[in-house]
Amino acid sequence: MLKLPIYLDYSATTPVDPRVAEKMIPYLVEKFGNPASRSHAFGWEVEAAVEEAREEVARLVNADAKEIVWTSGATESNNLALKGAAQFYAGKGKHLVTVKTEHKAVLDTCRDLERLGFEVTYLDVQDNGLLDLEVFKAALRPDTILVSVMMVNNEIGVIQPIAEIGEICRAKGIIFHVDAAQATGKVVIDLATLKVDLMSFSAHKTYGPKGIGALYVRRKPRIRLTAQMHGGGHERGFRSGTLATHQIVGMGEAFRLARLEMGAENERIRMLRDRLYKGLSDIDEVYVNGDMEQRVPHNLNISFAYVEGESLLMAVKDLAVSSGSACTSASLEPSYVLRALGREDELAHSSIRFTLGRFTTEEEVDYAVKLLHEKISRLRELSPLWEMVQEGVDLSTVQWAAH
Amino acid sequence: MAYSVKVLDHYENPRNVGSFGKEDDGVATGMVGAPACGDVMKLQIKVGKGGVIEDAKFKTYGCGSAIASSSLVTEWVKGKTVEQALDIKNTQIAEELALPPVKIHCSILAEDAIKAAVADYKKKHVDQAAG
Amino acid sequence: MFTPVYLDHNATTAADPAVVDAMLPYLSGLCGNASSRHEYGRAARRAIDEARSKVAAAVGAHASEVVFTSGGSEANNLLIKGAAACLKPGLLAVSAIEHPCVIRPAEQLRKRGWTLHKLAVDTAGRVDEADYRALIGERPSIVSVMLANNETGVVQDIASLAAQARAVGAWFHSDAVQAVGKIPVDFRQLNAAGVNALSLSAHKIGGPKGAAALVLDKRLDIEPLIAGGGHERGLRSGTENVAAIVGFGVACELASARLAEVAPRLLVLRERLESGLFSLGATLFGQAAERLPNTLYFAFPDLDGETLVGHLDRAGYALASGSACSSANPEPSHVLRAMGVGAELARGAVRVSLGAANSVAEIDGFLATLRATVLRLQQLTAMAV
Repeated sequence: MLKLPIYLDYSATTPVDPRVAEKMIPYLVEKFGNPASRSHAFGWEVEAAVEEAREEVARLVNADAKEIVWTSGATESNNLALKGAAQFYAGKGKHLVTVKTEHKAVLDTCRDLERLGFEVTYLDVQDNGLLDLEVFKAALRPDTILVSVMMVNNEIGVIQPIAEIGEICRAKGIIFHVDAAQATGKVVIDLATLKVDLMSFSAHKTYGPKGIGALYVRRKPRIRLTAQMHGGGHERGFRSGTLATHQIVGMGEAFRLARLEMGAENERIRMLRDRLYKGLSDIDEVYVNGDMEQRVPHNLNISFAYVEGESLLMAVKDLAVSSGSACTSASLEPSYVLRALGREDELAHSSIRFTLGRFTTEEEVDYAVKLLHEKISRLRELSPLWEMVQEGVDLSTVQWAAH
Repeated sequence: MAYSVKVLDHYENPRNVGSFGKEDDGVATGMVGAPACGDVMKLQIKVGKGGVIEDAKFKTYGCGSAIASSSLVTEWVKGKTVEQALDIKNTQIAEELALPPVKIHCSILAEDAIKAAVADYKKKHVDQAAG
Repeated sequence: MFTPVYLDHNATTAADPAVVDAMLPYLSGLCGNASSRHEYGRAARRAIDEARSKVAAAVGAHASEVVFTSGGSEANNLLIKGAAACLKPGLLAVSAIEHPCVIRPAEQLRKRGWTLHKLAVDTAGRVDEADYRALIGERPSIVSVMLANNETGVVQDIASLAAQARAVGAWFHSDAVQAVGKIPVDFRQLNAAGVNALSLSAHKIGGPKGAAALVLDKRLDIEPLIAGGGHERGLRSGTENVAAIVGFGVACELASARLAEVAPRLLVLRERLESGLFSLGATLFGQAAERLPNTLYFAFPDLDGETLVGHLDRAGYALASGSACSSANPEPSHVLRAMGVGAELARGAVRVSLGAANSVAEIDGFLATLRATVLRLQQLTAMAV
């Protein structure tokens, strides 16, 4: 029996892996100490667990544990990286470069920095969602101090050329931040070779708990930051506040599992994603958003022409999927990421992001394909636009009554 | 978004979906909205003797509330004269379907669809009378 | 297995079994992101809404006044920096005995043109009345005084302090992290007196680490610290930590339901401990002031606090020599220094903070161990001299 709705929204958040949850629970109950308590065993034993988890996070991305700073999540990591670096290095310049398809946590932070007197260039992407390196190079200025480019886009799953961008930044002495919230466990990240200075991580996109993330801060060459959260001087002064041990332990275990299992897991998920893609591609007038090659194996973002987005979501209520990013789905605005690809609003409105994961089955994928065939056909029966297109009307020539 | 029971009912079982033959006698069409705004409604009425609407059909590209609003008006206009149909107000539609404030525009669009269909009817009728 | 007796509840507490039970579903099947529009997301959103109501109810606030954060430190940073960002730089006052997560952000504001007044306290650890009157005369814009101190347990009369601050148009914030669950906290009453914001934390009251709240009077404009997505009415972006927030809600519910029963019991234990300590010749800090029923801060002249606590830990009693956050710091407690305690005696400070699960037998056992330990250490000290 299938459990409905079928969860196909792994990029919004993942379930906590049962093995992760099992490891967390003792740290809520018997091992509940405050890792900052130095005077008794309750504190020491959890401090050791925190350091072990730090090692695991570092290991997944081939970094040193001393380069990992705990935060409450990738949003805080992005805020700390961008505000912290911009403020610390403000004497060197006031210019930042980022991309229009970044997560709101980066874009909104850049807006904050603009209010503080920094200048930010927001780069366009190509039709496939990827950054053009020539466009990128042209945007750099002598006073550029910081570049922020996400590794994997949360909506369309495309993988940006981080290695190449890193080389360009390093050659010019520009600090390079990468939001890798959607990348861990999906793509190999080797910080020993990537010229990345700051990298944001999240646990809950990789089968860990919500409420915990980390920021990688390179030590060689050493990157410095202005702290954004002040207090007891935890995390070597980068981030004050009592460490949430059970969450940290959960992130460590989640990242350990990702390191061990991602090779096999990604192949299995890629097969399921391709099965989904194949199943949907025989519906008329469907368009994939974002490059299909430079893309994580679990993401499929498709626009169904001539059906409206919200009614589409209503029709597929047995599938837990997302239209646009979860964070902006309260608004009726079409996804800014799809608009950045040059998709017209109608197609942006009628897009669905399917993100598969560790617990997705073939049966679930097949159910989704069948359901979409039925529902798209029903909604198109209802759609005057579809009717006109079938009659050979070119919709771009229609004079719509302004409303 | 929480939908009311009535919106869900019209969305799941829309009444009078479809199109009349374009050349059918007494058929008038109102098409309102724009794809870029996320809603397009096509309302067709079939007007008989004495200006009474005998049948109505719709097609809607839009959210559940838009589909429900247009489905509802196809039921409401039937049996009314074109003049009476013009008395249907968006507030009645919104009230009947318990539309939340962010969906009031759907009921306005449905009212506009009635007006557009009636205008189309009158245009043809006048044209015919003139011809 | 040997389990030490835990006497460090002001540092952190174990999550209550009912809290863990409530959290578990959100660490397994109920995995949604509260911003998602499908059923998984809506379930998460409902859970957060319910928790928000419970947190609000525990402190007499309205649910819409509760802003969830990742911890008490974040709540304090958010209020101090966030309120300052909406005001013209002026005078800001915090008490000298605040937690570092109030003092440090306040010090940071000096870089933005603010003047910082650290309010003096009297020998009992209460905000000094004369200094406070002087401050009010200078018309501060923001005042932050903690409700109860984490080290001494001393409770401030914040209603009266806030009323004076309001008279000159200042915003008044209080860090109530240590007070909730130990004494009644009513935001409506405090708000009427002039308190505009309170910081709360889950892990001090039997909830999980990783969830906390700023209770905020809506008249007070603040800028967010963390941008990106506009969660928590735009005041705190980032995917909500659903499980921890749910645990926080249950912990608040339990804390307020149990307060009337727990507080007197804690007081009995503390008084028993207190009279034992007197008979051993200990100096008690903050004794002349109203204190939390669970906190006892003391020192033995000529005995180093770290050493004493180390011996007690090996004997099976977990307690602190200062606040947990500054335990790595060999400097004597800034709280005691502000109370005029000499550096020498301050270095001897030891804090016992009790929890509802502590028993009379544990207190008696602790006193016996303490007596033996102190005697032994005093002999060693005497020999060394």
